[in-house]
Amino acid sequence: MKNKSIRVNYLARVEGEGAMYVKIKDDQVKDVKFKIFEPPRFFEAFLKGRDFREAPDITARICGICPIAYELGASYAMEDICGVKVEGPLRALRRLIYNGEWIESHVLHAFMLHAPDFLGYEDAIRMARKYPAVVKDALRMKKVGNDIMSLLGGREIHPINLRVGGFYKVPRRRDLHALLDDVKWGREAAIIGAKFIADFPFPEFEQDYEYVGLRHPDEYAVIEGRLVSSKGMDIPIGEYDRHLVETQVPHSTALHTHVKQGQTCQVGPLARVNLNYQQLTPIAQETAQEVGLDPQCRNPFKSILARIIEVVFAFDEACRIIESYEEPDQVAVKVQAQAGTGYGCTEAPRGICYHRYTIDDAGIITDAKIVSPTAVNQATIEKDLQAFVQGHIDLPDDQLQYHCEQAVRNYDPCISCSAHFLKLKVDRE
Amino acid sequence: MTRNHKPKLAVWKFASCDGCQLSLLDCEDELLEISAEVEIANFAEASRAVVNGPYDLSLVEGSITTPHDEQRIHKIRRWSKFLVPIGACATAGGIQALRNFADVQKFVSVVYAQPQYIATLNKSTPISDHVFVDFELQGCPINKLQLVELLSAFLAGRKPNVPRHSVCVECKTKGNVCVMVAGGEMCLGPVTHAGCGAICPSYNRGCYSCFGPQESPNTSSLSHWLGEHGREKRELVRAFREFNGWAEAFRRESESHEK
Repeated sequence: MKNKSIRVNYLARVEGEGAMYVKIKDDQVKDVKFKIFEPPRFFEAFLKGRDFREAPDITARICGICPIAYELGASYAMEDICGVKVEGPLRALRRLIYNGEWIESHVLHAFMLHAPDFLGYEDAIRMARKYPAVVKDALRMKKVGNDIMSLLGGREIHPINLRVGGFYKVPRRRDLHALLDDVKWGREAAIIGAKFIADFPFPEFEQDYEYVGLRHPDEYAVIEGRLVSSKGMDIPIGEYDRHLVETQVPHSTALHTHVKQGQTCQVGPLARVNLNYQQLTPIAQETAQEVGLDPQCRNPFKSILARIIEVVFAFDEACRIIESYEEPDQVAVKVQAQAGTGYGCTEAPRGICYHRYTIDDAGIITDAKIVSPTAVNQATIEKDLQAFVQGHIDLPDDQLQYHCEQAVRNYDPCISCSAHFLKLKVDRE
Repeated sequence: MTRNHKPKLAVWKFASCDGCQLSLLDCEDELLEISAEVEIANFAEASRAVVNGPYDLSLVEGSITTPHDEQRIHKIRRWSKFLVPIGACATAGGIQALRNFADVQKFVSVVYAQPQYIATLNKSTPISDHVFVDFELQGCPINKLQLVELLSAFLAGRKPNVPRHSVCVECKTKGNVCVMVAGGEMCLGPVTHAGCGAICPSYNRGCYSCFGPQESPNTSSLSHWLGEHGREKRELVRAFREFNGWAEAFRRESESHEK
């Protein structure tokens, strides 16, 4: 009979401030907490009273790693209210900058934050001593992602060139083409990187998830689509609040997201690959087959494979968009404020990121709701920890702790994002 | 300067978006070289390994917003030989300092179903309100080249070369046409700290001052001219009250338009 607890007071290699606590009594897992003690920042509150055109710049500051998810989610919601559609080359540029964000965020997580877990290093810098080429190529891939962000957005963190209706300035064809060699190099490097990751020792562990993500009839959904799940949900994003509910759970003060029936759900790369595998580009699908990523994969430790396959996809799609780019006649569609409520939902690197706003006739925001992907995944992270620890209860404490940290990092949790409205009771000992 | 050990670098986080510490990881070309020159002793976003203090240089991201963090910053100051806040949150309170102009308890109840669990201070404040700081890097986010300059200067034992003049100077050196004079845009460039490379005017939009006030910002003169161009008072309040709204010069300016 064993009684013990595993406590990690400050989780490393995640974005933001989080902690983890597992309590074992008589060989049974009694309590699991994935804690977020990131201070709340009240975005929904101070957005009230701001001009609707300020929402992209302001919400970008929820997260330095995935600002595009917020800038575009807010833009789509405002365009939804004002009855505006952004199409053609402007839409393509939005997908292109999102590709850049997926690349920089996914490569950062896969190689710098998560790979060290599988290879037994404290961090990527130490890993670089044994695998210098892998780390250098990863840094270069990340840089290409950031170069796309910088060209289209003005800078890589909190880009300044996105607005409700489109952009302030669009790139010349020749400026985009200057990126092409690097993007093609990145596509090859990502395929090599996927093969490197495929050899990692993945713990045997499967769970029955309800995968949730966007689906679009014509493309691997990133910026628009219906909200679907692996268990039959299929709704327009405007019905999000009717199907995905946030509740407060008794053992913590965090808001957890559940599908209506009480089931927890998973969002992110593994969910997307499961839901929309057939819409990955042929090169991405071939790579997935080659590295053994089953489209029905239910092992969260293999999320790193899904992440790198999406990097292959993002580079491939960036190539296609750049090659077929025609300069648009105007930099943005004109948007006139009108009172109403609108919705935006895009696929952030970590999964769906939902926005809902209400504005008045003068364009002033009167209500805002934003749900980050990490908030949605939070309950699933706890369930994974519970099941994993129960199945590996005989491992020595230090190994169990290490695997638990790894299980949290499977979700690339972005705690800064979730904490704009989440709060768990602080218990740091 | 001779050393018998590599200087120990620590990176700390308070209320923030993680973007400024990400700037260090975004130094793709310099990261491995930096890590050869300093010992990354405490940088949770990047590494599990933690080396105990004292630290030669502490970079601090984020603002102080909770009673716990109010205590923690003093510990970090005690452990640090040099302490440098990085970014708008750490130097001015950040976007979350918009609470400072409102009743924070109302904010809590807007966002949380059970406000009684939320331990938060009434104000979001910069690091320099709490402890002595050796230098500051402004920006939302900071410019990574300024960060590399800060680290180089630290290693060489000299003062960082970070100009404190306005964005206008950078904009003129780039040869941009003025978006305010020629385009009628609202531009805060004249009162804003340089460092971004005048990105917004280069992309045909007015500066929204994510770098905060420059060393001698004449905000009332700028407001006067913006008013002449038809900007209403509430627009001026919003313009000065954004990512650096709690910085003193901007706070005074926005409040003056509410009277």
